[in-house]
Amino acid sequence: MSEQTAPGLITEQVSDQTFIERLRARNRRGKIGQMFFFSANIITLLALITLIAHVANQSMGLVVVRNAVEPAALSDRPLTELDEAELAAILVDNIGRRIRVVIRDNFSQVPASQFVSAPLSEALRGAIIPAEYASATINDLPPEALAAIVADNLSQGAVYDLVIEHVVRPTVVTSWTLLDSILQRDRIEAEAAAKYPDDDLQFRSWISGDFITRSISSSATTAGLRTALLGSFWIIAITAITSLIVGVAAAIYLEEYATGSRIERLIEINIRNLAAIPSIIYGMLGLAVFVRALGELTSGAVFGVTDTNGRTVLSAGFTLALLILPLLIVNAQEAIRAVPSSIREASYGLGATKWQTVWRQVLPAAAPGILTGVILSLSRAVGETAPLLVVGASTFIGIDPNGPFSKFTVVPIQIFQWTADPKPVFRNVAAAAIIALLVVMVLMNASAIILRNRMSRRY
Amino acid sequence: MGQELSLGGQPFVGRLPLAVRIAAETGKEAGLSKRPRPVERIISLFLLACGALSILTTVGFTVVLGSEALRFFSTTEWMNTNKNTAAAITATDTRISVATSGRALAVDEIIRFGVEGETENARIVDVIDPGIIVVERGVNGTRALDHAQGTPLFVAAEVTLGKFLTDTKWAPQIGRFGIIELVVPTIVITLIALLVAVPLGLGAAIYISEYARPRTRALLKPILEILAGIPTVVYGYFALTFVTPLLQSLFGLEVKVYNMASAGIVVGILIIPTISSISEDALSAVPRALREASYGLGATKLETVFKVLLPAALSGVVAAVILGFSRAVGETMIVLIASGAGPNLTANPFDSAETMAGHIARISTGDLSFGSIDYNSVFAIGLTLFLMTLLLNFASTMVTRRFREVYQ
Repeated sequence: MSEQTAPGLITEQVSDQTFIERLRARNRRGKIGQMFFFSANIITLLALITLIAHVANQSMGLVVVRNAVEPAALSDRPLTELDEAELAAILVDNIGRRIRVVIRDNFSQVPASQFVSAPLSEALRGAIIPAEYASATINDLPPEALAAIVADNLSQGAVYDLVIEHVVRPTVVTSWTLLDSILQRDRIEAEAAAKYPDDDLQFRSWISGDFITRSISSSATTAGLRTALLGSFWIIAITAITSLIVGVAAAIYLEEYATGSRIERLIEINIRNLAAIPSIIYGMLGLAVFVRALGELTSGAVFGVTDTNGRTVLSAGFTLALLILPLLIVNAQEAIRAVPSSIREASYGLGATKWQTVWRQVLPAAAPGILTGVILSLSRAVGETAPLLVVGASTFIGIDPNGPFSKFTVVPIQIFQWTADPKPVFRNVAAAAIIALLVVMVLMNASAIILRNRMSRRY
Repeated sequence: MGQELSLGGQPFVGRLPLAVRIAAETGKEAGLSKRPRPVERIISLFLLACGALSILTTVGFTVVLGSEALRFFSTTEWMNTNKNTAAAITATDTRISVATSGRALAVDEIIRFGVEGETENARIVDVIDPGIIVVERGVNGTRALDHAQGTPLFVAAEVTLGKFLTDTKWAPQIGRFGIIELVVPTIVITLIALLVAVPLGLGAAIYISEYARPRTRALLKPILEILAGIPTVVYGYFALTFVTPLLQSLFGLEVKVYNMASAGIVVGILIIPTISSISEDALSAVPRALREASYGLGATKLETVFKVLLPAALSGVVAAVILGFSRAVGETMIVLIASGAGPNLTANPFDSAETMAGHIARISTGDLSFGSIDYNSVFAIGLTLFLMTLLLNFASTMVTRRFREVYQ
């Protein structure tokens, strides 16, 4: 009788000693494996911590500041105590005719090419202009009138910022990270004293209230995030409105109305496929469709807005809406599916129509889940950069976006610009912008979680 | 507003359906049969339209990318030679003197006089010296015209699919359209990313699914979700300002400031959550009985993982890796920031090079004028990228469907 064994089965006879040794080796391998799997998590966690710590480390630290003109040379009193008229006078005295550029960047209502030829009442529509110069052009104005325009239309703080930006012109010569600034303060002080004897070594936090509220600037010390924050806000508002309506409607259709026909299954599969397409491809679709083909609409030309092309807040908002739709639809579908069918049947039982049931019973019950999904999708849209680069974000705009037909820039694009800037000091500015962006995203996610916990009902 | 009614002699308070109320008040029978409801119909059509928008988007991708790319392949791109005609010529002249500066001309090349208004094409028959050429006037259906002195000369760059796929240089401005120069760095960066993300993502998934206690699991999963939620531009910043200096201090100065290694490593970190979450789902779906049977035969946990669980969950794990691959191929910002600012055909990870997505983003930054060589060529790259990711997603779906082990 031949012995039949299954292939691979160990039939070898071993002594107890060998058996124990092998068992130990196997257990040892098991331990090593477990350690590897555990360390995979630890490495991932470390990567996350390093990333955040690195950004924080860059966002503040010691800097050497050099002023082009010392504030003491401009006035006997500290600049902050001067009123706007005195500050405007200093501005005009020191930068001469270049004040016209400042006025243009701050108040111009017409394209740059027409600014010098348009009458002031047109070029500076809405601003306070000395009455006798209403029909003159900017080049006709004497210096005092130019100073008056600046002083009459801006607050003391704003004029002060202009004086700092254009006259004092502080530049950060070099900067150190937070960690170095704390641990090696003595060495840095010695180095700064040796290398930059005339300049000022100070501790600077790049992230600050001023940083959030100042507009874009070509100087690192006066660069701010306001234009980009407003741009992000406008775009997300448009994305939210469009994607909410379309996404929830699509989810309702797929969950409540669909009968499982071929086209409906196609839609389902298609949505999953769309979610995996690189975001930059969405940008190209936006460029070809919203910016180019629908340019008349997105530039606002049909509504009488003429000084922009299709690279507007509206195009960007639509593009991001397309991008987050798949994610939003899948989330909304899950929320709708979680509403028990007994609620629907009770509604039908009372004689309600399908839409009445959906609108008055299903949607209110699914609302917290849907909203959570919407906020999470939008927080993804806030961080998107690549599609907006393609759609055509402006790289440098000084004018705040004020409607759907404005040119735009957004926070992630500013981060990209500052990161890519050849001057290393802009990396500190970028770090500050990253912190602002992450805070916005954390707030959005936190509100989604709170919403989910507060409002969700269990059936 | 409740209305008091009396039905069948019993007092009855409450809101009843309109039909019943009308019947009770008027004594006439209200129609309870199904009525046409146009509003309901319109609403359901609107909802269907919103659902179908997704199809429209896909069709949009295909049509837009396809037609723009077709324009790229079917039309002749005209490149400026930076040469002008050195003297005015009439419609009958065949011997033309041109400026000696600019791009050299060769026999059989098609040149165009100017690009504004009606233009004329001519074939070069002979190049006597850099300043004098002999041409055949009015070819390709154009007619011979008079040209003033200083008319700029353009030269035709035919783009064919063959050239697109085999040429090794991507420089639209000089008529070279070889996608390989962008594909190779894309693959290099993706492979580096997978080298980082597969062991870490899979390891993390195995630990979370098999080893971690519920409390540890509740702590680890959100960390991966946070990692997935960080904007890619932040990863790009991290790659350029942290990982690159780190690599430079480890491997010396052969590491360029912009290099593929740093971009690849950070793309890897970015796709860890993709790989780990899908793999973990696949591992959790393996029935408990298989684990118990393995332990019952005396296998250690590690042996169970490698000999029972991973083979059983293989389709899910492979699908996860393919999806990670697809994300890495399409990743833009990290590559744009950390890897380089120009196409470069190289496989050296410490060299700078540009991927397809990175190139599209860099070229598109700022105002890209419609109809220019750059605009059209970018869409050809976009189509390639789109088809690649579509193929990968399709492969991932097929793998899950075809090789899934089905358990009762």
